[in-house]
Amino acid sequence: MLEIRDLYKVFNAGTVNEKMALSGLNLTLEDSDFVTVIGGNGAGKSTMLNMISGVFPSDAGKILLDDIDITNMREHRRAKYLGRVFQDPMMGTAATMSIEENLAMAFRRTRRRGLAWGVKHDEKQRYREVVASLGLGLEDRMTTKVGLLSGGQRQAITLLMATLQKPKLLLLDEHTAALDPKTAAKVLELTETFIQKEKLTTLMITHNMKDALRLGNRIIMMHNGRIIFEAAGEEKEKLTVADLLKMFEKASGGEFANDRMLLT
Amino acid sequence: MTQFLSSLPGAVAQGIIWGIMAIGVFITFKILDIPDLTVDGSFSTGGAVLVTTVTAGLNVWAALLLAFAAGCAAGFVTGTFHTKFGIPAILAGILTQLALYSINLRILGGLANMPLSYRNFSLLLSLSDIPRALIVGGLFAVVVIALLYWFFGTEVGHALRATGCNQMMARANGVNTNITKMAGIVISNGIVALAGALLAQYQGFTDINMGRGAIVIGLAAVIIGEVLFSRIFHNFALRLLSAVIGGVVYYCVITLVLRLGLNANDLKLLTALVVAVFLGIPYWQRQFTGGKVKIDPSAQGGDANA
Ligand SMILES: Nc1ncnc2c1ncn2[C@@H]1O[C@H](COP(=O)(O)OP(=O)(O)O)[C@@H](O)[C@H]1O
Ligand SMILES: [Mg+2]
Repeated sequence: MLEIRDLYKVFNAGTVNEKMALSGLNLTLEDSDFVTVIGGNGAGKSTMLNMISGVFPSDAGKILLDDIDITNMREHRRAKYLGRVFQDPMMGTAATMSIEENLAMAFRRTRRRGLAWGVKHDEKQRYREVVASLGLGLEDRMTTKVGLLSGGQRQAITLLMATLQKPKLLLLDEHTAALDPKTAAKVLELTETFIQKEKLTTLMITHNMKDALRLGNRIIMMHNGRIIFEAAGEEKEKLTVADLLKMFEKASGGEFANDRMLLT
Repeated sequence: MTQFLSSLPGAVAQGIIWGIMAIGVFITFKILDIPDLTVDGSFSTGGAVLVTTVTAGLNVWAALLLAFAAGCAAGFVTGTFHTKFGIPAILAGILTQLALYSINLRILGGLANMPLSYRNFSLLLSLSDIPRALIVGGLFAVVVIALLYWFFGTEVGHALRATGCNQMMARANGVNTNITKMAGIVISNGIVALAGALLAQYQGFTDINMGRGAIVIGLAAVIIGEVLFSRIFHNFALRLLSAVIGGVVYYCVITLVLRLGLNANDLKLLTALVVAVFLGIPYWQRQFTGGKVKIDPSAQGGDANA
């Protein structure tokens, strides 16, 4: 279970560029909740995920994960609880390491590293099997450097890495936005499969409103560093893209929904 | 020409020693993607520690170990400046390098240089016996490469490689990148100091300025090795070996141009220019090809095969 209480984040405090990216964010996720997150550019969606994963320290508020207070825990320490996939397909993997070495890094996310082999022999077969389950034919390229793969392939590997050790929380930040439509659909399909199979508690940011409505059991809309609307279960099922757009306009004071949201 | 040929074995021996130093540079520059300038100081530290301790009666192996440890300590200081003080890596290295000048002088008891004759002490190698120097230098290179090959295959070694390639990914997978950077800089400078200790024995003295420009020579060796072998050497051990061979080629070329009449005083100028050009080549290639060419994985930072 994830609990975010009154979370604040101000960037560049005290300068002309001061920006309150999160202003009193409250959010609770029950186990195996799959929450889609929408909102305009600069709404604070990525900042929310970055605060959960510890990329930046928060200015006020608390973040609890299964009752563990992770608010001030170092990024690499809380990594053992979290699976993360980034918008940029390059970010989630180490380009100069092979597919199996990347997976082995992810496998050791939850443990202390020592002077044992970085990839043990019996792991290799296991990784081959999980990579085969992606259905991308990568299982025959286990020793290929990840940098030689396409963006979609890398994102699929990142997804695999994020879920190789079941995370308490899976964080997806527009992880299909940088891919071409066909690849994006494939990666999204894989995402669904993983989440369903392992009943993963998930926060998924997307700019695609149809996806946001189709996937998950809850939806939240953010604006100015806060959640301005949320719906779950049946209420969510009934929502349409038009409803979301209307809501967005109302919340932002009649201001027009930005192009990116209209387009999708 | 015959003069050049007769000086070749000595150049090779010296090249091997500088090649071992280049392995240290390889770790920071290629694997961690951190240009560490500490090495100019820690190379001299290695020489200073070896000469003073052997002169004081210490066994040469113990002295080598001490030299290695002193280099590690220097790396630890740079690593602390970088990860705990938030100082950019280059500046952190420069600070340590400067501090080491004073420290090295202290180690040498205030002297700028100090002799160490093979006649009075039992040393591992000396330019008076070049075949032996070649064998000993070669053995050291092989052992260092073997140990690093093992280390970078371990869990911690993988964490280090991931850090150099993509810090975000490393942290997302539970790696404390401050510790891995520290470890890399420490090991690198330990090896550099070890090479300094070998060179002091080889040349029969140590000098406070022995390490001046070591970083550039190390880069030259790494780059030469890469230019010559990157198409055929993909295995990590072979890539370390290519840095050593790069050092050897560098010294042979230097010996040649000196024989051809280059003023020895202009040597560092020439080296710096050559290294600058070679560092520029990948950048120019990117400029010319624009965005048209397929994505080069090594452009992500770190290095494609590290
Ligand atoms: N590292 C940062 N430094 C300064 N400002 C930032 C940083 N990250 C985000 N911001 C600012 O915080 C606001 C929220 O950004 P972000 O969370 O990325 O929005 P979203 O992901 O919803 O588009 C934006 O105004 C953005 O410019
Ligand atoms: Mg964002």
